[in-house]
Amino acid sequence: MAIDTQTDQGFYRRMTCIVCPTGCLLEVRKDADGKLSITGFQCRRGEMYAENEVLNPKRVLTTTVRIRNASLPLLPVRTSDAIPKELLAEAMRVLAQVEVTAPVKTGDAILANLLDTGVDVIASRDMKRIDGAA
Amino acid sequence: MRSIRYTDVAVIGGGPAGLAAALAARRAGAEHVTILERNHELGGILQQCIHNGFGLHRFKEELTGPEYAYRFIPQVEADPNIHVYLNTMVLSLTPTKEITAIHPDHGLVKLKAKAVVLAMGCRERTRGALTIPGTRPAGIYTAGTAQRFVNMEGYMPGKRVVILGSGDIGLIMARRFTLEGAKVEAVVEIMPYPAGLARNIAQCLEDFNIPLYLSSTVTMIHGKDRVEGVTVSQVDDNWCPIAGTERYIPCDTLLLSVGLIPENELSQTAGVPLDPRTGGPVVDEKRETLVSGIFACGNVLHVHDLVDYVSEEAEIAGEEAARHALRETADEAGSGRDGGQQLALKPGSNLRYVLPQRITAGAEVDLYMRVSHPMDAVTLTLSGVTLAKKRQVRPSEMLKIRLKAQHWESLFQAGKAPGQELLVAAEPSA
Ligand code: SF4
Repeated sequence: MAIDTQTDQGFYRRMTCIVCPTGCLLEVRKDADGKLSITGFQCRRGEMYAENEVLNPKRVLTTTVRIRNASLPLLPVRTSDAIPKELLAEAMRVLAQVEVTAPVKTGDAILANLLDTGVDVIASRDMKRIDGAA
Repeated sequence: MRSIRYTDVAVIGGGPAGLAAALAARRAGAEHVTILERNHELGGILQQCIHNGFGLHRFKEELTGPEYAYRFIPQVEADPNIHVYLNTMVLSLTPTKEITAIHPDHGLVKLKAKAVVLAMGCRERTRGALTIPGTRPAGIYTAGTAQRFVNMEGYMPGKRVVILGSGDIGLIMARRFTLEGAKVEAVVEIMPYPAGLARNIAQCLEDFNIPLYLSSTVTMIHGKDRVEGVTVSQVDDNWCPIAGTERYIPCDTLLLSVGLIPENELSQTAGVPLDPRTGGPVVDEKRETLVSGIFACGNVLHVHDLVDYVSEEAEIAGEEAARHALRETADEAGSGRDGGQQLALKPGSNLRYVLPQRITAGAEVDLYMRVSHPMDAVTLTLSGVTLAKKRQVRPSEMLKIRLKAQHWESLFQAGKAPGQELLVAAEPSA
């Protein structure tokens, strides 16, 4: 549970680390001068996650786009890096307009610089061309 | 009927377990490996798991399901001595490792293998297994079926969704439905704690403000032709609905994420004995079942939460299957296992299961286990010998603990000998 508490002494948040399946319970305190103190992590990546989660939360977006001439109508895609959390809905609207044509290889760029984030959208799998497919 | 074909190692199922087993069998020296897969492509369930989070242990990266599968598929396809049969349904397996399968071009096929790896995976528990009262309208899906519709076929099963069960697939689908524009009204879990990984509660529910009702269940399904809503009630310690706690939630779709069942019909045709605790075969540390030369790995053996451990387990099974095949080649009379040296491993207090169920005395191997309920500060013991201490354990997270030479020394000093039973337990730390 991410629980925020705002006090005169600053800000306090408890959250589950999502960086790896261990799911450590992290605690972040921000004192009146804006200094962060983080506890509960078992590794450096968890500490960085907690800091980012408070200052600038980001997520990797995984979804699908339409594909033509393939054995399936959808191609799974992902952002090549995490994007700001508040852009997820907007990114979904952009990707709903995208259609690609097979063949596609894992890692092919499907859309460059998504919403000016500097992050690309890339294919998550190979998709062979099937001739005659709709 | 065609004449019989021969192979060294036959792998039944081309998902993550089958792929890793086939590659490991080849590395261990099996000359011919055959994969039998019922789908039109390799990769199994990973192909519909388009979210990321796979491979952190193995590749130190967060891959999507298909990306994880593509770490294996090209290697399998590049090996001319791994023979892949797609669209092929295995109908039966005998204790002498003869497989009967149906292939779209070859018809009925018989395949005789020196060793067999069972890698058929698991399937979802359905409404029928739950007996929820109410009507029988359209709009009730298992979470994995909905996942296939949304991620591979391009259909949205509904617009307003309630999810029963907090297993990982249900949590992942809560986020997926939300991103695709549907409204997920609630996730309802009968236990007082979630069934899925903590990170999925955080990134799939909390990120999207989806409520999770614990100690609650669906007590009625409403709607004649299509689901119109569900009644959700709180339950007591015995899972009995508490009168007066009912709340009606309008929805057009109910997803079930209430557990997975290893798919062992084929194992049973071969007479492979199952462990009622895991729903999968009883195996030793080589992942060999009680039928000589038949091995098992992945979700057919026990349901995993991380594919990384599936690959690891499949490599053990594949390698040992290759060794068995090579021994059979060298000694056509066939070779049984070295009997008598094994001890039985059983779950003791606070453990749901432990795997393998049999173990060779002195073997330094990883033990996989699951606790029966969440606990803080536990000591894991093997017949009184301390194996490890853990800060926090949860049934949703499988534990992997190395059994080392020093543990065996303590066990032998305590008088444990082959033929006896060892008990693994999770005790509160003093
Ligand atoms: S702090 Fe480190 S070990 Fe703990 S969940 Fe985060 S990444 Fe995993």
